[in-house]
Amino acid sequence: MKKKMIINIFLIALSVFTLFIVQRLLMPKYVSTIQEGSLVEEYYKEKTNHDVIFIGDCEVFSNVSPITLWENYGITSYIRGSAQQLIWHSYYLLEDTLRYEKPKVVIYNVLAMKYDEPQKEAYNRLTLDGMKLSNTKIKAIKNSKMEDESTLSYLFPILRYHSRWSEITADDFKYIFNKSKISHNGYLMRSDIKPVGYLPRDKKLADYTLGENSYMYLEKITQLCKDNDIELILIKSPSVYPYWHEEWDEQIVDYAEANDLEYINFLEYNDEIGIDYQTDTYDGGLHLNFAGAEKFSLYLGNILKEKYKLNDYRNDLIIKGNWDKKIEFYYNMKEQQEFEISEYGYLISVGEAVQSINETD
Amino acid sequence: MLFTTSNFIIFVILLSIIYYIIPKKMQWQLLLIASYMFYAFAGIQFIVYILITTITTYFATINISKLQTKYNKYIKENKAIVTREERRAIKETSKKKQRQWMVLCMVFNFGILAVLKYSNFAIENFNKILGLFNSETSFKGLGFILPLGISFYTFQTMGYLIDVYRGKYDYEKNIFKLALFVSFFPQLIQGPISRFDDLKDSLFSKHNFNWDNINFGFQRILWGYFKKVVIADRLLIAVNNIIQNPDIYQGVYVIIGMFFYAIELFADFSGGIDIAIGIAEVLGIHLEENFIRPYFSKSITEYWRRWHITLGTWFKDYMFFPISVSKPMLKLSKTCRKNFNDAIGKRIPVYVATIIVWLTTGIWHGAAWNFVVWGLGNCIVILISQECIPLYQKFHHRFDVKNKFYFRLFQVVRTFWLMSFLRTFDCYRDVGTTFKMYGSIFTVYNINEIFNGGLMQLGLTIKDYILLFVSVWIVLLVSLLQRKEGIRIKIAAKPIMISYMIFFILFLGIIVFGAYGVGFDQSQFIYSQF
Amino acid sequence: MDIIIDILSDLHPEVDFEKCNSLIDDKILDSFDIVSLVADLTDEFDIAIPVEEIIPKNFNSAAAINEMVKRLEDE
Repeated sequence: MKKKMIINIFLIALSVFTLFIVQRLLMPKYVSTIQEGSLVEEYYKEKTNHDVIFIGDCEVFSNVSPITLWENYGITSYIRGSAQQLIWHSYYLLEDTLRYEKPKVVIYNVLAMKYDEPQKEAYNRLTLDGMKLSNTKIKAIKNSKMEDESTLSYLFPILRYHSRWSEITADDFKYIFNKSKISHNGYLMRSDIKPVGYLPRDKKLADYTLGENSYMYLEKITQLCKDNDIELILIKSPSVYPYWHEEWDEQIVDYAEANDLEYINFLEYNDEIGIDYQTDTYDGGLHLNFAGAEKFSLYLGNILKEKYKLNDYRNDLIIKGNWDKKIEFYYNMKEQQEFEISEYGYLISVGEAVQSINETD
Repeated sequence: MLFTTSNFIIFVILLSIIYYIIPKKMQWQLLLIASYMFYAFAGIQFIVYILITTITTYFATINISKLQTKYNKYIKENKAIVTREERRAIKETSKKKQRQWMVLCMVFNFGILAVLKYSNFAIENFNKILGLFNSETSFKGLGFILPLGISFYTFQTMGYLIDVYRGKYDYEKNIFKLALFVSFFPQLIQGPISRFDDLKDSLFSKHNFNWDNINFGFQRILWGYFKKVVIADRLLIAVNNIIQNPDIYQGVYVIIGMFFYAIELFADFSGGIDIAIGIAEVLGIHLEENFIRPYFSKSITEYWRRWHITLGTWFKDYMFFPISVSKPMLKLSKTCRKNFNDAIGKRIPVYVATIIVWLTTGIWHGAAWNFVVWGLGNCIVILISQECIPLYQKFHHRFDVKNKFYFRLFQVVRTFWLMSFLRTFDCYRDVGTTFKMYGSIFTVYNINEIFNGGLMQLGLTIKDYILLFVSVWIVLLVSLLQRKEGIRIKIAAKPIMISYMIFFILFLGIIVFGAYGVGFDQSQFIYSQF
Repeated sequence: MDIIIDILSDLHPEVDFEKCNSLIDDKILDSFDIVSLVADLTDEFDIAIPVEEIIPKNFNSAAAINEMVKRLEDE
């Protein structure tokens, strides 16, 4: 009887383990392509705390370089950004982050305020799949999923990705347990250049009112920061497109005023920052490239330093040792990217920019 | 709530757990509640229909039973004084009254089915006839939505009614038990169509938790999902591509379509039945088999004894025999024997009954001419092969091949293709298209296309085909093994490690290779629309 | 009994109906056979065989058929 019991337990354990392995194998790895899919997950590898946490969409993970903030101001920061991160994603990612650390400042990029409801399954996946299982994650799934998505397939992603059995590549085996690091504290580096060219017409909208749902989550973020004694800063990160309408801007200004928050629209400080959209963007103005991100980070860091009196940790040897490694990785990657650009004309390791402004937009 | 939705799986798991926790005498009551919940999930308004069928049948059987008891009591009390003639006369009047109740109930319930299922079809055809006379008037369809499983539960309930009338068994005195028999959820969507005397013992009795039941039931469910999700739902993509584009896919594609559809339909339908039987088994309830390896049949009559068995026997017991051995039919047969010859007279009852049964079978499958033609096609093949029996006998007398493997293989292949050929009628959108596609087999020569990547145009990749090939082989192999003894008994006899592994691999196979989720449409079980 | 055997042998000359007692279970008699059997029995014995009598138990052997005929004759 006892023996039978042991066999049973062994078999069940083996089954669960096998299922787990197969699930890991079938899940997209986001290492060689669509790297932004790895961002959320990579955070959990962090060993030390951060004074500043960024939340938001591509306008944070492409435009802000925590390494620059460290090198110049000794500010420790991490970007919990992800592709097309909608505001409820941001809220739950912040809640998730607070399970691990308590930053002094949280910076939210407000572009996603314009989306009032879930847009696409893929965006949910890119943000939610990387989250560690927790109550927060389950709430995030429930409040983010499109109508035809099932919560179960987030808890057991194999149910979603099983049909990848026919597309398994060497990468899937290589990164089955351990993925190589791809970001610099959540910053996704791109050193290539694609100057601003064609820009779509600025279409008039019927209604500029930001959605109720968006406001609700913005309020939740505000409250969460207040409850935890965190300074919340709202920003609109530099880009030329998608357009950030005047009408939206006013609403955020009003909100910030009403809630006693700082809101900085960096579109207005383009010249002070010194961004040149002929050289500082990699996809025609959607996002900043390496050069642009460093310029913006330098400018932003100064504000943080001056206004929020953040500690300079560059004299703390333990923290410094940790960041030195990050710096090394950062410059190695930069070198690699520059090499690729000069050798092949584009970033062979990550491919051409996926998004770009098309005339059909 | 389709069998393949996560809701359904959770529903079944929860139900099974509660089922074995609650007091055993409440088990059948739980099943009744669960069945109605399941039914309400499809649309709460449909519950009215299933309730009406249950209630009308209940009252009809009460009245029939009362008449029976009255007659039996009278005969018993007056045994000594009643003559044989008198007894016959009393029985006849009693039967007549009973029959009135039965007919009333049948007309009512089949009437509901007919109105809901066939009124649009009838109106459409009526309009066409009006159109022939250049009439301007046309009637609008009534647009009823068919309640879930109505064809199945109506047939099952009417079978029960007829059995009570025939005195096969006593009527069920507890209306809630009858309600459970009518609505038992695993068989509600696509059968099997159960008989009350087969089902009642296991349905209403107390069930102890039995590991074998759980184990075997679970295996059966997995096997069903494997057939349904890995094979049928994947093949469906190619089949739909072919049959929905008759202008593009002709010639050899029609043959491929027939072949794919044969596999897809079997995998889907028998897979669904496996799931139904498996769920019942987990609950300790025994449902009748509906398929016995039908594609191994050597003749079309044998095929119909092995495919959708419970429907076939329903038609045989409640339609074929009642018509063919009815008094008027035997009288007609006799008259024909006198006026023409023996051969014609003998054939009359069988022919009339067969034609009626197959027309009904056709129309039962769907309200469209396709199904009528399909039913008649089956009927014609069956009658022709009946007529050919002497010919076969002569052949077998001359050549001793009857038990030779290759001859039997020939018979199996012949029957498979004959059935696939006939089944094409329920694929294409109308009878005309079907005949056109038949024609294209002979007029469009594109056999080279299947070697030039034509198969890859159908929505499946080479990997899908390899997977299908392997999966179909597994099903075939299991079927071949099943001929000797139950494969699950064999597996159960193996060490636990091995039997467990087999089923874990099956489970993993379904999860990984199932054609479900995004990218694949969760197709409805083909038979649930009927 | 002999009459019954005769009728059966007409249908399937190759079967030994004296011995066989699984005519239905082994699918020796199909439904078409049953119909002509019923017609012949009705004629021969002047009985009415109601449809509820058409169950495997009554047709599995010549003896079973005989028993059924006797019973129906008595009614």
